[in-house]
This record gives sequence, structure tokens and C-alpha cells, in this order.
Amino acid sequence: MDLRKIEEIFFRILMFCSTVIIAVSLIIIIFSTFYKGLPHLTWEMISKTPKGGFYFGKEGGILNAIVGSLYLSFGATILAILFGLPLALFLNVHIAHRRKLVNVVRFVMDLLWGVPSIVYGAFGFTIMVFFGIRASLLAGIITVTLFIIPIMVRGIDEVLQSVPRGLHESSLSLGSTRAETAYKVFLKQSVPGVVTAILLSFGRAIGDAASILFTTGYTDHIPTSLSQPTATLPLAIFFQLSSPIPQVRDRAYAAAAVLFIIILIISILSRFFSKRYQKNKINF
Amino acid sequence: MRLRNFNIGRHLRDRLHYSWMLLVLAITMIVPVALLSGLIYKSSFLLSEQSFFQILFSNQWKPLSGKFGFYPFIISSLWVSVVSLLIAVPICLLTAIHLTQYAKRWVLNLMHPVIDLLAGIPSVIFGMWGILVIVPVISNYIGPLFGKNISGYSILAGAIVLSIMIIPFILNILIELFRHIPTELKETSLSLGATQWQTVKFVLVKKIFPGIVSAFGLGMSRAFGETIAVLMVVGNVVHVPKGIFQPGYPLPALIANNYGEMLSIPLYDSALMLAALILFVIVLFFNFLSRLIIVKSNIHN
Amino acid sequence: MNKPKINIQDLNLYYGKQHILKNINTIIPERQITVIMGPSGCGKTTLMKSLNRLTDLTPDCSVSGKIMIDGQNILNTTEDITKIRKKMGLLAQRPYPLPMSIYNNVAYGLRISGRKKRRFLDKRVEHYLRQVNLWNEVKDRLKEPAGTLSIGQQQRLCLARGLAVDPEIILADEPTSALDPISSQTIEEKFKELKNQFTIVMVTHILRQAKRIADYVIFMYLGEIIEQGPAKDFFENPQEEITKDYLKGLFY
Repeated sequence: MDLRKIEEIFFRILMFCSTVIIAVSLIIIIFSTFYKGLPHLTWEMISKTPKGGFYFGKEGGILNAIVGSLYLSFGATILAILFGLPLALFLNVHIAHRRKLVNVVRFVMDLLWGVPSIVYGAFGFTIMVFFGIRASLLAGIITVTLFIIPIMVRGIDEVLQSVPRGLHESSLSLGSTRAETAYKVFLKQSVPGVVTAILLSFGRAIGDAASILFTTGYTDHIPTSLSQPTATLPLAIFFQLSSPIPQVRDRAYAAAAVLFIIILIISILSRFFSKRYQKNKINF
Repeated sequence: MRLRNFNIGRHLRDRLHYSWMLLVLAITMIVPVALLSGLIYKSSFLLSEQSFFQILFSNQWKPLSGKFGFYPFIISSLWVSVVSLLIAVPICLLTAIHLTQYAKRWVLNLMHPVIDLLAGIPSVIFGMWGILVIVPVISNYIGPLFGKNISGYSILAGAIVLSIMIIPFILNILIELFRHIPTELKETSLSLGATQWQTVKFVLVKKIFPGIVSAFGLGMSRAFGETIAVLMVVGNVVHVPKGIFQPGYPLPALIANNYGEMLSIPLYDSALMLAALILFVIVLFFNFLSRLIIVKSNIHN
Repeated sequence: MNKPKINIQDLNLYYGKQHILKNINTIIPERQITVIMGPSGCGKTTLMKSLNRLTDLTPDCSVSGKIMIDGQNILNTTEDITKIRKKMGLLAQRPYPLPMSIYNNVAYGLRISGRKKRRFLDKRVEHYLRQVNLWNEVKDRLKEPAGTLSIGQQQRLCLARGLAVDPEIILADEPTSALDPISSQTIEEKFKELKNQFTIVMVTHILRQAKRIADYVIFMYLGEIIEQGPAKDFFENPQEEITKDYLKGLFY
């Protein structure tokens, strides 16, 4: 009898420890990023481009990477919305009654969602070479778009699935067209959830390095057109962190702090929106 | 008359939306086919000169003399993913049980954003954390503990970083699984005199066992494809690793590290695309298998 | 009427801020069938679950008052909660077979309390399966998963499983609501037999079922006990207006 109690207590302690490990890991990650990055996050750092080459120059900041990352992820997110939103609506409104087809599409989306970003990167590079495009903002945007479409479709699809069927039927029976049902009823019903899904996709787009490693190139300048190469925050961290020059490494730490702050903002915003969407849904 | 015009406009718009949606669907369904055929096409150049199995099981990596043996990279990938899974499995399982069966409200309120945030952190930041924290810890503490004098850039460092990265991913699936077990099943076991842990052990885990297996399968495929964070801490030495304290060189890192020079050496780009293809196929395989387990177990119930 | 097995005094129960059970004072007589009746959402299931403290599972649940079982207050006890729960077998609205074989379902309660000898288990499993008239139907397929049985068989299996831990009280929450009429009848007849050995508490909203098997009736409405008493008095001579309306079928 006592053995049962000892076992129970033993495992409860283990469970508590695992939970603490997870929480503490996050705290250490946040702490080490900001400890290294915040001291270098000066106005000069975020308002100037690097001088004398990003890998060797001791002067300048990371403006090129900040702007480049924003261009890239906004571009990719907007493109992905143009594809992902209609697709998710199509699944839930137009072909909702064809279960087999819907399941196949969802299955393909799940598979694409699981494909590592490096594979998208390699594929994007192959296409670039095939069409003779140079590494550029445009090539990066296209690759990242491919990479985040499944993330976005899955996110939006999940939200749309919780729209009650009755609403679908009553909208159609009032004489709305299917497009109107999709955009005016389904989308309107689930705006906060859709916004959350879009925000999360944006977070993926801005944080991923492997998909843009081949495709965007890297430069000290802020791109002025889609066909120019561009710097990005993840690659600014990746490249500059391996530099032997401490000032260059400081730029990497600052870039990490900036990237982390952006991710934090996205996380807070998406919690705000998903709270509104999940009012009658229990967490955990 | 006006009403009719209005209707025509509406239906035209409906048609337009429909066509765009259909087009989008077609394009997205083509992506996996294009991915696969693009990678196959590129790797066919190498495969027409050397046999696939020779490439797979040779540990000669000398691109300049046309020798492309993937064996060291595949073994490194296996080491890193398996070790990371070994770390992640108990932590995920115990935490999921804790959060769904035992934890007080405030713990849940605390852990929910923690898991969300952990899932959203970019892999470069995980990699940086690995360089700043994990690598020194292994070099200064864990290594000496086993009587080894090492730099810290090792399979173990890669696996630890990777495990923290896949934990939120696996954990979310597990929590979802545990939440969907009917309360009555738990009540039944408790009312028969079981302790809460016995209930977890004999009933709940058993009930969702296929789901748990598939969650770890999906975690494995995640781990296999993760690139940047692992690359930053794993050492990148071309050899067949024989322990967790040795450096390794996983498949994704191989692709990422050599893109710069791949066009200057013959067949090099083909070899790297073959590496991407292998990665793609392995990941698809794990995904497919995991989902198959779920589907099969659903039919059974 | 038999002497009380359970004595509930000033029981109040909240889920968060919701007041679910309000000043419950009642008794449950030993070795008789007590039926808790009332419209849905009146707190009858919660009352029953608080008897073996399954309400502990709900995070925001707070309870005050006393539930005395054999003179011991189970809400304020140093004794192992699993021992208290073992005293009570539970039968849910739908059968919930454990994810294991038919045999192991019955043997589960014995195993977890440390009885692991094969011969002993074999004997007990057969005994309890016979007691619920299931032995002949399943004796050749004991190793199959319990989920392969029909719903009616599953519910009888759940009853056998509950009996196997040798309880003193059987708690049943609308045990026939998911069953076909014949399986329901079997369960009801079993209950009438079992009440010679066990104290049975059953929640139901089927009026005719209550009339058929109840010895003692507790009628609840919106979290309060409106009326209670021996079945004969309750059905033939109800005192309260709400009870009369309910018995006439004016609300459900």
C-alpha cells in the first residue's frame, strides 16, 4: 500500500521537475539573448548600416537586416494570405461536403507543413538557377511564401472548422452566394483567429534562416528593388556570430535581441487575439 | 432591371472568387509534386554516374575528386535526432501529464504562454543560446565529468538544443491528446481504488498510446530536418561519430554549409540536392507513418 | 426503513463562483435503492460524484459541510482517498470500458490493490461476470478488447468491474440512458437483486424507472433538495407543489 504512495510522490516530483526544466530553459534563453544583446542595442546600431563589410567592419549597425527582414516577411505574408486564405475558405465552404477531397488537401498540407525549411531553401535555389534569377529579395519572398503557406492554411483552417455548420446553411438559405458566405460569414465570424494564424505565419517568416540562406543573398545595403539581394535578421545573427571580431559579434547579439523583441510582440499580439477568439474554449 | 444587374455582378464576383480559389488549390497541390520532381531531376545527374547505395553507405566525402559519401552525415543526423528525442520524450510526457492531470490553474496560466513562446523562437536564437550556454556547459562541466577534454561543439550540444526546440511541438500534441480523454474513464479508474498515478499509468497512457507514438514520430521528423540551430553547435566535422561527445555533421548542415561553392565543383550541386531529397523523403516517411498510426488506431476504436 | 449508510449535512458545493449544491441535508439508507431525481442541471450528478470525491478532479471546485459514511466524514479525513473510493462502485451514463481486455477490465481493481495471483484473479473474474449474467456470453473471448462488446454488454461489464473491488455502495449515474430496453431491464433487475448486499444510489430522470425500483427518493431542483422520503410516500403523497408538477410531467 505504501509503495503506491511513494510511487505517486516520486512521479509527481519528476513531473514537476520536467515542467520546471521547460520554463527555466525559456528563461535562460530570454535572459542570455537580452544580456548579450541589449547593451549593444543603441540608436546607432538600429539606425545605421554596417560600414566596411558586415563580416569585418567594426562600425555601423544592423539597419540593413531589420529593413530587409521586414520587407521579406511582409512580402511573404501578404503573398501567403492571397493564397492561404482563399484556400482555407474553399476547403470549409465550397467543397466542405466532399469529405474525401478535403481530407486529401488537409493531408497534403500536413505533409508540406512538416517539410524542413532547408528543403524549401534548396528547392527555391534550384528554381532560381533554372530561371536564371539571382539571389534577391524576390527569390527570398517566393521561397518563404511557399514555406509559410501550409502554416497559414492549417492555422486558418483550424479556426474555420469551428464555425458552426448551421451558420453555413442559414447563410446559403438566405440566398448568399458561396463567396459571400465565405468572406462575409465565415471570415467575419473568425477574424481574431485568422489574425492569430497570420501573425504566427509572420513570426515563422521573419525567424527562419534555412529557407533564405540560398535565396536572398546578403548585403550591407538596404535593397531598393525586388531584384536586389538583401540582409535579414536571422542571417545577420548567423553570419556575424562566427566573426572573429568582437564588434561584429556584438552586431549579431543586437540583431538577436531585435528579432526576439519582434517575436515577443507577435506572441503578445496573438495571445490578445486568440483570447478573444477562445472565449468559450478552455486552455489545456 | 437594376436588381438584375446587381445579381449579375454578384454572381460574376462569385465566379471570380471560385476560379481564384480553384487556381490556388491547384497551385498548392502542385507544390509537393514540384518539390519532389525538382529535387529528383537535380540529383539524377549524380545518380546517373554513381549508384545510390554506394553514395548512401560510403564514408568518402571528397567533392573535389567526385566522391560523395553520405554515410557520415546520415549517421550524424540519426545520432542528433535520436538523442534529442531521448531527452524530449520523458520531459514531454511527464509535463503533459502534469499539466493535464495535476497542475493548478496558475501553473496552466503560466505554462501556456511559456510553451507558445518557446514554439515561436527562431532557430538562430536557439543556436546562439547553444553557443553561449550549452557548449560551454558541456566543455567545462559535463565533459570533465566523464573525463573528457572537449570543445563542447558536439552531438550532445546539438541534441540538447534540438530537444528544447521540439519539446513545445510534441508537448502541444500530447496535451491535446490527454485533454480529449473522457473524464469518465478517469473517474472509473479512480472509483475502483486506483491512485491518480495508477490511473495515468494503466488507463490514460494506454488509451492514447498510438497517439503518443505518433507525436514522437512527428517530433523525430522535426528533429531530422532542423538545420541552423544544430549546425551552429554540432561541430561540423566530416566523420562517422561514435559517441555523444564527438562532433557530428548532420545532413541539413551539409546542405546549408556548402551552398556557396556548390556551383563551382562538378556534380556538387547535384549531390547537395540529393541530400535535400533524402531529407525530404525521410521526413515525409516519418510524417506519413505517424499519421497512419493515428488513422489505424481510430478505426480500431 | 433501514438505518442510514450515508449522512449528508449542510453540504455546499461551488464550481468557481457558481453555487451548484445548496445546503444539502439528507440520508441514504443502507441496503436499499435510493434514487436521486430531478430535471437536468439540478445538481443530482454532482451530488452523487461528491460522495466519492470525484469532484476533486475539477480545479475550481470548493466544498463545505459534512458527508458522513459509516460515521466518518469523508470531506475531512486523513484516510487515503483511494480507500474511500474503493468502498463505492461507479456506473456511468455510458459504459466506459478501460482500454484493455474483458478479463483485465474486471481484474483491474484487484490488480491495482495488489492482488496479482493468477488463480485468485481467474476465480474472481468468473464469479463477477456470472453475477451480472455476462459469463456465458464472453467466456470464450476474455482476451479480446472490451470495446468489442455491445453497449449493453459493456455496461454489465462495467457493473462487474465495479463489484469486483468489493464495494459497499454502488453509485449509478443514469446507468440505463444509453442502453436498449432489454439491457436496461437486465440492469434494473440486477439492482433489485444487489440491494440485499449493497447500498445503491442511482441518479435518474426517468420517472417510471424511479417508481419501479426506488426505496427512497431524493428530489432535487436547481441545486436544492425539494423533497425526500420513502418511495411509497413520495410518489403517492407528495407534499411540495414543485414535486407534484414534476410527477405530473408538467416539466422535465
